[in-house]
Amino acid sequence: MTITEVPNVAGALETLESHLHPQPSFDLADHPMPDGREEVWRFTPMRRIAPLLAERPNEDLPGDNAVEFTLHEVAGVEASNLKRGEAPRGTVLTPGDRPAALANLGCEDALYLRIPANTEVVEPIRLDIEGRDAARRNNAVHVIVAEPNSKATVVFRHTGSTQQLENVEIDVQPGANLTFVSLQDWADDTLHAAEHTARVGRDATYRHINVTFGGDVVRMHTNVDYDGPGGSAELFGLYFADAGQHIEHRLFVDHNAPHTKSNVDYRGALQGQDAHAVWIGDVVIRKVAEGIETYESNKNLVLTEGARADSVPNLEIETGEIAGAGHSSTTGRFDDEHLFYLTSRGIDPVEAKRLVVMGFFIDIIRRIGIDDVEERLIAEVERELATSVGAGA
Amino acid sequence: MSLVISDLHVDVLTEDGPKEILKGVTLTINPGEVHAIMGPNGSGKSTLAYALAGHPKYQITSGSVTLDGTDLAELSVDERARAGLFLAMQYPVEVPGVSVSNFLRTAKTAIDGEAPKVRTWVKDVNQAMGDLGLDSSFSARSLNEGFSGGEKKRAEIVQLQLLNPKYAILDETDSGLDIDALRVVADGVNRYTGQGDRGVLLITHYTRILNYIKPDFVHVYVDGRVVAEGGPELAAQLEETGYDSYIAAARAHA
Repeated sequence: MTITEVPNVAGALETLESHLHPQPSFDLADHPMPDGREEVWRFTPMRRIAPLLAERPNEDLPGDNAVEFTLHEVAGVEASNLKRGEAPRGTVLTPGDRPAALANLGCEDALYLRIPANTEVVEPIRLDIEGRDAARRNNAVHVIVAEPNSKATVVFRHTGSTQQLENVEIDVQPGANLTFVSLQDWADDTLHAAEHTARVGRDATYRHINVTFGGDVVRMHTNVDYDGPGGSAELFGLYFADAGQHIEHRLFVDHNAPHTKSNVDYRGALQGQDAHAVWIGDVVIRKVAEGIETYESNKNLVLTEGARADSVPNLEIETGEIAGAGHSSTTGRFDDEHLFYLTSRGIDPVEAKRLVVMGFFIDIIRRIGIDDVEERLIAEVERELATSVGAGA
Repeated sequence: MSLVISDLHVDVLTEDGPKEILKGVTLTINPGEVHAIMGPNGSGKSTLAYALAGHPKYQITSGSVTLDGTDLAELSVDERARAGLFLAMQYPVEVPGVSVSNFLRTAKTAIDGEAPKVRTWVKDVNQAMGDLGLDSSFSARSLNEGFSGGEKKRAEIVQLQLLNPKYAILDETDSGLDIDALRVVADGVNRYTGQGDRGVLLITHYTRILNYIKPDFVHVYVDGRVVAEGGPELAAQLEETGYDSYIAAARAHA
């Protein structure tokens, strides 16, 4: 496999006011219409995402919402709504770009999930998000608070067709342990812009698992900062971009507290003409953040000609007193030589490709730890492979 | 029942179009025989190996290859392997993400048409690894990834031992091996041929490996053709004289 390794060196020092990190704001006026030349928009297909940049209300019809939300309630978890400005809404996430500002403005009632202190919820809390119409807008804000020393898993599954703006703010309070899984299983005409922002409290553990298979354009921010020492964040991602699909993951970990940890591991496969994946991994280690440990990695596996993976890790270090910091970005290609080698051992070409792609994804899938989600992902990878083999070669 | 190569002509596809490399190769390998193909660099030895295995860059333009009566040109790469052909490659490809153990089980299942028995399989794999001097931790590693040149060659022979094909082509398996590795690899090949009914096409540039693997026949290749054939004594003679006289003769002939 041809591997291009980005050397593990610190990128140019950027201050937080730099173009990499526009100042967050609730005010739409602070997020003017981008034209695609901005650093944070330069990879995004602006024409295709344009419907998500306009101010539009929830385009629900009587008895026919643009997006149907189904919460599978779990005992011990409290679900309610929060108006704009009603805490804890807006205490963790301040919109970082125009779609996030629009999501907040367009959403009257945020879903609020509260996991009470000292509660361990064994069964995953599931929210099904089903798009009903590719032409209609939905603006969603979700607030998840894991109170001190609670433990829970929350799974959002997005399906169907829509134009969705989505903010998820997650407060992982001291000693809490929260796993949040976001599955983008959209139909291939969906536009989705999301910002998932978490604050990880003292000695808290946060896992964010982001899986994107579907959608026409999917652009997701995943942000983490810390509220005290000892917090740990693991951000795992898995994506599969098909012909014409644009999948963009932008991560930002702000080590603003000492002795915190972060581990980012995103893996994606790409196949088909104009399949495009973008991964931006920004990690900032502030002066106060002594003794922290961070590693971020992005691996892409390009299965056909015509697909493109952009991968940009940025590490900004303002203190040298750290336990460890590194990043890597690799793009490998499944080419004729791999195929020849495996088939020369009797393995048929379909199985050969399956072997390589499954091998690439499986150890990320295994880390999810939720059986039915893992099974569904494996089935989904199989399905993607079936299309690729039918169309490719 | 044998591997029969008749007047084989092969083109390699280059950026400038197809280029003829093999210009009429005729060779029969019967079960139980070891044939050494020797020749200078660029003589077309590896082309023969790739063409037999079915690499898409090499195209048979005329002549034929049959394996126990089956026309190989009619078969895809994987079908050739399932028909009983194995190629130990000169440069085994690194396949990240696919563990050696998963790969071996998948290949074995494909070749046999059924999954190997769980109880004996793990033992067989460990045995083969041990025989070739590879630590059992190699099972969990990605196929060939980060292996040294020698480890890759050993791993090829592990596959030979486990897949146990009817005919094996060893494409410069000896190149780049130190003397200890060469012995271990040669022992592996000898165990394979020791079964008595397997055919081997041993492609090599050097005579060194022939001190450990005794060929029944030696064929000297220059410029895509066989220029001399004989028994093991031909290898000994090459050790003395080298390829120069053959190359000069081939030039004069052309």
